[in-house]
Amino acid sequence: MNRQLHETAAVFLLRFTTYAIVGVVGYILLDIIRHGLPVINWAFLSEMPRRAGSEGGILPAIVGTLYLTLGTVAIALPVGIGTAIYLSEYAAPGRLTETIRLAITTLAGVPSIVFGLFGLGLFVLFCQFGPSLLAGSLTLACMVLPTIIVTSEESLRAVPQAFRQASLALGATKWEAIRTAVLPYSVSGIITGAILGIGRAAGETAPILLTVAAFFLPKLPGSIFDQVMALPYHLYILATQHPDTDKVLPLQYGTAFVLLAMVLGLSLGAILIRVHFRRKYKW
Amino acid sequence: MVKNDTPTGPTAIEVRNLAFHYGASQALFDINIAIPARQVTALIGPSGCGKSTFLRTLNRMNDIIPGVRVEGDILIDNENIYRDKIDVVRLRKRVGMVFQKSNPFPKSIFENVAYGPRIHGMNDKGQLGEIVEQSLRQAALWDEVKDRLGNNAVGLSGGQQQRLCIARALAVQPEILLMDEPASALDPKSTARVEDLIDELKTKYTIVIVTHNMQQAARVSDWTAFFYEGRLVEYGRTKRVFTNPKEKQTEDYITGRFG
Repeated sequence: MNRQLHETAAVFLLRFTTYAIVGVVGYILLDIIRHGLPVINWAFLSEMPRRAGSEGGILPAIVGTLYLTLGTVAIALPVGIGTAIYLSEYAAPGRLTETIRLAITTLAGVPSIVFGLFGLGLFVLFCQFGPSLLAGSLTLACMVLPTIIVTSEESLRAVPQAFRQASLALGATKWEAIRTAVLPYSVSGIITGAILGIGRAAGETAPILLTVAAFFLPKLPGSIFDQVMALPYHLYILATQHPDTDKVLPLQYGTAFVLLAMVLGLSLGAILIRVHFRRKYKW
Repeated sequence: MVKNDTPTGPTAIEVRNLAFHYGASQALFDINIAIPARQVTALIGPSGCGKSTFLRTLNRMNDIIPGVRVEGDILIDNENIYRDKIDVVRLRKRVGMVFQKSNPFPKSIFENVAYGPRIHGMNDKGQLGEIVEQSLRQAALWDEVKDRLGNNAVGLSGGQQQRLCIARALAVQPEILLMDEPASALDPKSTARVEDLIDELKTKYTIVIVTHNMQQAARVSDWTAFFYEGRLVEYGRTKRVFTNPKEKQTEDYITGRFG
């Protein structure tokens, strides 16, 4: 009888913790949708901000975040996949490889403000890119690299060894075997890494604070050496730096809503691509 | 040591004083064998005797394992395949391989067979189509799949998958076909089909087959090599090895006293 009670209690507790997560996410989403959605209209999405963001739209922040995210993925994906291929297919097991892996894991644990300062030092000042889309994307790319490397490597390892052997036995070089008999079958996993990277790159504030983000810049970027506004930074400004934060509260909600929608939209696109490849290659 | 009846016809593969090491442990000791062209040679012996390792030395598939070392010579067409200058890619094109577990790529039947020719630079649609048909015919699979070449190969039955892998290997037009227990994962009916196929293929190809199955070795092969503990114990005509083995170890193995 007592044991049965314990069983029931355990199930209840485990279920509660699981549902609690859903509850928290649901609350945040609902709150943002409830307060944010009424603010959204075409003017808000398509107009320049006025009076330091107190009025007008958030177009430059939307465009800025979009460019930053795409720039980050464009830089981090090739580098990350390249590293993952090297580690999974070429690197001989040993102390050096272990050190490289340790470095990647450590990189994943570095706080984002440290990436920001690193980007400031290396890309903005040393490389003389200035605060710019380029410097910001490079900084964000450094930050999301570990995620992309680790997920890509896992998906490469998940491809059966038999595919590599079949290809090599037919006279393929190692690179041909990787390119034609391994990479195509790991695309869905690699895209998963990219999705996670996109989510982080779009939402982070600290790394772009010192490398690209503009406080108030009511124009669209003309080159990769321009500064941009970005949604998370704009939200931070409205919420903490604005002289009358209560008055701009609806704008904060609107900005949060747009940021959330953009990340979900980008992820959804990537998920659709992943589903497509999962269907195409099954074994 | 080798007890002959030595093959008298043309030799496809000549192995001299071959030794093979995985790191510190030696897997093959002083192997000497001449494998005749366009005949079937079976490699038999208990698990871990080195027969699969030996098979994989013939197309240098062991190279992909780190820390292996090879001594001695293997000559194919009078070319020493372990000399440093040899192009492994070209070697593997000439020496095809079929694995124990069928391993088709998860793409269409057509693309599986066309894979080899494609990586070797063949892009002409018409020619590829011809090669695919010819290879599938040779592998006795054409009639079963000709109406669904675009279907995913993973949907084929186990026996069909293995014949597809044979077709894929034939598509690069090898001279020699290595088979590593090609029927061990198949049901008896599919096994019979693969064995019939081997019998047909030997008119054009030199076949070396590793098998755990004594009856299979007796049925399909012309020559049999018995390996034990990394050494070639006995080699000769299959009929002779099975009916009148010269070595005690061979006799014990084929009569089922160990293995």
